[in-house]
Amino acid sequence: MGFLYFIQKNRKLTSVFLVFFWRYLGKTGSVIFLDWFRRIALHLPKVVVYNKKYKKDVELQGEALMGQSLQEMGCSNMREKEMIAMLLAGGQGSRLGVLTRKVAKPAVPYGGRFRIIDFPLSNCINSGVDTVGVLTQYRPLRLNQHIGIGIPWDLDKKNGGVTILAPQVRGGDSGEWFMGTANAIYQNIDFIDSNNPEYVLILSGDHIYKMDYSKMLQFHKERAAAATIAVLEVPMEEAHRFGIMNTAEDDRIYEFEEKPENPKSNLASMGIYIFTWARLREALLEDNAIHPDSDFGKHIIPKMLEEGQALYAYRFRGYWKDVGTIESYWESNMDLIRALPEFNLYEDFWKIYTNSDHQPPQYTAPEAKVKESLVSDGCEIYGEVYRSILGPGVIVKKGAVVLDSIIMEGTVIGEGAVVDRCIVDEKSVIGNRVNMGGGENIPNEIKPNVYHTGITVVGIQSTVPDHVVIGKNCVIYGKTIPEDYPAGRLESGKAIVREV
Amino acid sequence: MKAIGIILAGGNNEGRLGVLTDHRAAAALPIGSCYRAIDFTLSNMSNSGIGKVAVLTQYNARSLRDHLISSKWWDFGRKQGGLFVFTPFTSNTESNWFRGTADSIYQNMSFLMRSNEEYVIITSGDSIYKMDYRQILERHIEKGADITVVYQRMDGKDLSKFGILQLDGQERVLDFEEKPERPQTNAASLGIYVISRKLLINLLNQVVPEGRYGLVKDILVRFCRTLKIYGYEFNGYWNAIGAGTATYFATNMDFLRKDIRDTFVNEYPYIATKPKDEPPAKYNAGAEVTDSIVGSGTIFNGKVEHSVIFRRVHVEEGAVVRNSIVMEGCYIGRGCVVENAILDKEVHLSDGQRVIGVSSVEPAVIKKETKL
Repeated sequence: MGFLYFIQKNRKLTSVFLVFFWRYLGKTGSVIFLDWFRRIALHLPKVVVYNKKYKKDVELQGEALMGQSLQEMGCSNMREKEMIAMLLAGGQGSRLGVLTRKVAKPAVPYGGRFRIIDFPLSNCINSGVDTVGVLTQYRPLRLNQHIGIGIPWDLDKKNGGVTILAPQVRGGDSGEWFMGTANAIYQNIDFIDSNNPEYVLILSGDHIYKMDYSKMLQFHKERAAAATIAVLEVPMEEAHRFGIMNTAEDDRIYEFEEKPENPKSNLASMGIYIFTWARLREALLEDNAIHPDSDFGKHIIPKMLEEGQALYAYRFRGYWKDVGTIESYWESNMDLIRALPEFNLYEDFWKIYTNSDHQPPQYTAPEAKVKESLVSDGCEIYGEVYRSILGPGVIVKKGAVVLDSIIMEGTVIGEGAVVDRCIVDEKSVIGNRVNMGGGENIPNEIKPNVYHTGITVVGIQSTVPDHVVIGKNCVIYGKTIPEDYPAGRLESGKAIVREV
Repeated sequence: MKAIGIILAGGNNEGRLGVLTDHRAAAALPIGSCYRAIDFTLSNMSNSGIGKVAVLTQYNARSLRDHLISSKWWDFGRKQGGLFVFTPFTSNTESNWFRGTADSIYQNMSFLMRSNEEYVIITSGDSIYKMDYRQILERHIEKGADITVVYQRMDGKDLSKFGILQLDGQERVLDFEEKPERPQTNAASLGIYVISRKLLINLLNQVVPEGRYGLVKDILVRFCRTLKIYGYEFNGYWNAIGAGTATYFATNMDFLRKDIRDTFVNEYPYIATKPKDEPPAKYNAGAEVTDSIVGSGTIFNGKVEHSVIFRRVHVEEGAVVRNSIVMEGCYIGRGCVVENAILDKEVHLSDGQRVIGVSSVEPAVIKKETKL
C-alpha cells in the first residue's frame, strides 16, 4: 500500500509523471495500461503542459487526458502524416465554355490522353504525398469515374490514398455548398484531423505543371513558416493578370495584391500553398465566422499577413500553365507538339499517370499522313493530320484533313471533312465533307469574352451533319441536324446549343 | 462461374523462337504494339467470369512474373480467388522441376484440392485469340462430356505440329494423335480443355505416380477411347505465336488487318494489359508513318511502312523502317534502314545502321538490348 500512499501524498507530482509516461506509452503504442491510467488520473488535479504542436499550454486531467484528441498527447496509435494534400476540384471553369458543360474543369482532357487533374495527382504521388482529399462540387461524375479509388496513381492505399470529398449535410436540416476555396477546406476539417498532419498542401485542378512538393515542404520547414506560397516569375507586363506577392529580400511576403493595376513585383501566385496545419486550422475557424465564402486569396492570406505570421514565397522554375481559357487551353496543348517541347512528357522521371485501362495500339493507314501531331492509343487514321492532338480512339476517315486542332476521345471525323483550328470534345461526330474553321474572325455573339481567338468549339457528344460549312468562333453543342444550318452554313461567331 | 482456370506457360517451345525466348517465356512475348501473349488468355478468363486462375511457369519465369505481379489489370486483384503464379519449388518431400504439363498441375494439386468450383479450364499461355469459355463449358455440360477439347479446322498450316482429332458426327473424339506425321483430318486441337475438377484430380493421381507426365500424351491420347471426350469447334482467329519466328512475325502483322484489330482492339470485351501510361505517340515534321500500328510514347522523325511499332520507340530523321517489328524502347538512329526484321526490346541502332532480313518468313532478329 506504500505505492498508493505515495500517490495520495504527491498528487501533483504523480499527475505530471503520468502525463509524460502517457506520452511515452502512446508513442510505443502500448495501450494495456490505458484504462488503469484513466482510473488513477480521474482522481488527480489538473495539470498544465506545454503542447509543442499548438505552441500553447494545454490543460490535462482525467477524461481530458484519456478521451480528448489523442494527437494532443503525442499519441501515435492513429494516423500521422507529415503532409496531406487537399485538391480543390469543384470549380466549373466557365471560361472554358462548352468544354466544361458536362464535366468539371479538372476532368477536361489534356495532351491527348491525360486529364488536367492527372498532373496534380501525379505530382503528389511522385513527391511522396500519399494522402489526397479531392474536393468536388460541380459536375463530379466524370471526375469520380476517372479517380475511382486512385489505382492509376497508386493512390489506392491502406493508410491514406485518395478520398473524394463532396459537399455534405453537416447537421441541421440542409447542407451547404462549398462557398469558397477556404470554406471548402473548413468544411473538411474533420477529414484533415483524421489524418493528423503536420502540414497541409492546398492544390487546384486547373494547372499543367510538374512539381516536387517535397522540395517546397523542405523550404517551408527550413523557414518555420506558417504558410508558403508557390510563385512563378511572370513577365512584368503580364503581372496584372495574376495574384502578386510582394516580398522582402529573403522572400518573406509582406503584401499580397490580387490582379494589381500597377504591380510592384512579378511573383505570381500559382495557387499552391503549404500551410502548417495548426496555423491554418486557427485561421479557418476564425475567418469562417466572419466570411461564409472564405477564400484563400481574398481572406486567409491577407488575414495571416495582417497578423504578422511568417509567409514565404517559394520560387518555382519550370513549365506551368493555367488552362482556364479556351485560348490558354489550346496553346498549352500545342506546346506539346513542338520538336523539343518545353514541357516534356516523354521522360521516365516524374511520370504523369492517368486512368485508361484499355490502351490499344493506334493504326495509320497506307494513305494516311500525320505530321507534328500527338496521336493517342486506339486512334485509326485514314486521312491527314497536321499540328494536332488526338485523344484515344479518334477515327479520322479517308480524305479528312485535321489542322491545328484538338480532337478528344472517341470522336469521328467524317470522310473528306476539313477541321481547322477547332476543339472537338469527346464522342462527337463530324459529318462527311464538313468544313470547319474557315472565314472571318468574328467574336462569338453570345459569349464574346470566351470565344474570340478564332477557335471553333464542338461540345461533348455532339453531332455535325454532313456537308455543312462552319466558320470561326462558333459553338456547337448537342445533336444538330441539317435544318439548324441555314443554307448549309454556320457563319463565324454563331452558336447552336441543343440541350440534351 | 463454375470453373477455375489453369494456364500452362512453363514451356520454352523447344527453342523455336531463337533469341526471342532466350530471356523470356513464350507466354511473355510482346505482340501487337502493347500486349504480351498471355494477356489474351488472361483477358479471356476474366471476361468469361472466371475469378480464380493459376499460371504455371517454369522456363524464364521471371519475365512472366514481372508482367503478372500486379494482377489487378485483369481484374484478378481479389480477396476471393484471383491470380496464382506457380513456379517449381523445393520441399522436404520432393524437389523436381515440372517434368511435363500433367506433372506441373500435379505438383500444385493443392490449388485443385482447395477449390470448390466444379470445372477446370486448361489453356496454353502463348495463343492469340478471343474466346468466351462459358459457351464451351455450357456445351461440355450439355453433352455430359468427361473432357472437351477445343479444335479448329486448319488448312494450309503444318498440321504435324498439332494434336489431331478424329471426330464422329456428334463431335465425339474417336482418336487423338499428338503431332502425327500423316494427319488423318484437319481438326487440330488448340490446347484448350474443359474437364471436371474431380476427374482431373483422379486422372493426375493415376498417371503421374506411374511416371507419366504429359497432359496430352498420357491423359488425352491414352484415355481417348475410355473417356467421353468431345470436340468443340472454334472458328475465330487463333494463332499460337510460340510455334516459330515466322508465325510470330505473321501474327504481329495480322494486327494491320482491320478485321483483326476490330476483334481484339475495338470490340468489347477488351484485351487488358499492364498499363504503362505513356504519353501519346508523337509525329514530328519528318514523320512518314503508313500502314502501321504504333504503341504510346513513341516518337517519329523518320519513315515507317507496314510495321508493328511498340511503346517508347524512337525513330530518328532519315531512318526507314519497313515490314518490321520494333519492340519497346528501341532507338533507331539517323539514316538507319530496318527491313524484314524483328528488333527485340531496347535495341539501339546508331546512325546509319542497316538491319535487313530475307523476308517475312525469315526475318532478321536482333537480340534484346543489342547496341549496333
